[in-house]
Amino acid sequence: MIQFMDVYKRYANRHEALSGLSFELQKGEMAFLTGHSGAGKSTLLKLIALIERSTHGQVFVNDQNLSRLSKSKIPYYRRQIGLVFQDHNLLHDRTVFDNVALPLVIEGENHREIGRRVRASLDKVGLLSKERQLPIALSGGEQQRVGIARAVVSRPPILLADEPTGNLDPDLSRDIMQLFEQFNQVGVTVFIATHDLELVKAMPYRHIALEGGRLAPSQTQP
Amino acid sequence: MKKRFSLNVKSYLLRHLQVMLFSLGRLWRQPFSSLMTVAVIGFALALPAGLFVLLQNVNHVSGEWDDASQISLFLEQDLSEKQIQQLQKKIVTWPNVGEVNYQTAAQSLDEFRTLSGLGSLLDSLPDNPLPAVMTLFPAENNLPDDVIQSLLHDLSALPEVAQAQLDMAWLQRLRSINKLLERGISLLGLLLSLSVLLVIGNTIRLSILNRQSEIKVMKLVGATDRFIRRPFLYTGFWYGFIGGLFAWGTLLLVLSLLSQPIQHLASLYGSEFSLQWFAGLLFFYLPLVGIFLGIFGAWLAVGRHLHAIEPN
Repeated sequence: MIQFMDVYKRYANRHEALSGLSFELQKGEMAFLTGHSGAGKSTLLKLIALIERSTHGQVFVNDQNLSRLSKSKIPYYRRQIGLVFQDHNLLHDRTVFDNVALPLVIEGENHREIGRRVRASLDKVGLLSKERQLPIALSGGEQQRVGIARAVVSRPPILLADEPTGNLDPDLSRDIMQLFEQFNQVGVTVFIATHDLELVKAMPYRHIALEGGRLAPSQTQP
Repeated sequence: MKKRFSLNVKSYLLRHLQVMLFSLGRLWRQPFSSLMTVAVIGFALALPAGLFVLLQNVNHVSGEWDDASQISLFLEQDLSEKQIQQLQKKIVTWPNVGEVNYQTAAQSLDEFRTLSGLGSLLDSLPDNPLPAVMTLFPAENNLPDDVIQSLLHDLSALPEVAQAQLDMAWLQRLRSINKLLERGISLLGLLLSLSVLLVIGNTIRLSILNRQSEIKVMKLVGATDRFIRRPFLYTGFWYGFIGGLFAWGTLLLVLSLLSQPIQHLASLYGSEFSLQWFAGLLFFYLPLVGIFLGIFGAWLAVGRHLHAIEPN
């Protein structure tokens, strides 16, 4: 589903964030991307979401070569990926419902379908009762769940999360991870960047560890 | 297939309607700053439109004298009646000459006597100081100026003619002043339209910058540039439309304040003149011009700034 082939990423300031990175994630797989801050986790996710492009090497996502994807196709490409951020990235002047509905509105989905799917999605994250509230009225954990509901509402085949539990206490973090597991169980490919090794070491999923922009030496490549 | 197509069109229009109302709602939620922008646009549109209305009124008044290029020929004193009749026959055959009337020196004297009220003074003169006069009308109204001028020149060159005079030269001067004003107002209108464009562009630019993070989020969840652009274009649309209506209202208010004193002034001259407002015409054109400027200004701002905002 996601394949990196000898990928380099060098920023304009000559900092090399990724060097010769190769790995592959199978369709329907769930994996953690670990490493210290500055190890290149965010850069890697940005390459998948096409927020950045690789300097060298190829990235394939869902059988598409990202370096061949023109700028005008990026919006349509991104609709296949649900993104979850550490700071939620919610729109604070819109209700929970409208936030979650955003991807569907962008796709031009019809009104009734939007209502149905947004509520299903909010129900899934346990926030159906808060649909009329503004994000600011919710706790951090709830805001993160709104972010997840938005990421999955258009049923993308891939879910990427960048430090989704970064600001949450351990109990809430476990809840969030369980949510991700549930999506994975219905076939979504889930890829989560985290530095919280305590949290994920007990979970039975592959870890892809980065160290200075490369796979950590202990890594076994499939 | 056809049904699917009409369904698509319907949902497309519905989406536009939603964005349209959404943009209006945004303006409504910031009534004070929206009103200021609308007022600036309104005044900028009202000024040239108001001048246009006044100018049209002046044109209307001066247009009542259609025979602007009537020419008077003052004849030499020593011409015989026969010479004069020959001259009249000759001139009538000229191109561009329509009717030619003739008034003898005696008739001129009579006319002057009645109009001036200096009858007894005239009686004391040994002989008639006034010349015979021919009044010449061009073949058609509104001949171009150079044609009239060359006609006038040819007439002056005739030996029988002491002086050829364009009677309503002042009216022509007024008309050319009007033309000048018209051009001035057009230029002013152009400049003020440009400033409306800049005001709207700048307002939209600020609202784009205010919504930078929102735009980034939208791009991250797969919004196309067109989708992101749309509400801003509609915001420009509303600014222009409401600004146009505001201009219309302002103009009507100003004209209603002017119309009373103008009517009073006209009545002092014994005229029935009353100010024409062109209210219907302007009600159509002001919002239309506003909408055009609004969308265009927004489009310029969006084109410049939207591309620069990318998620990072």
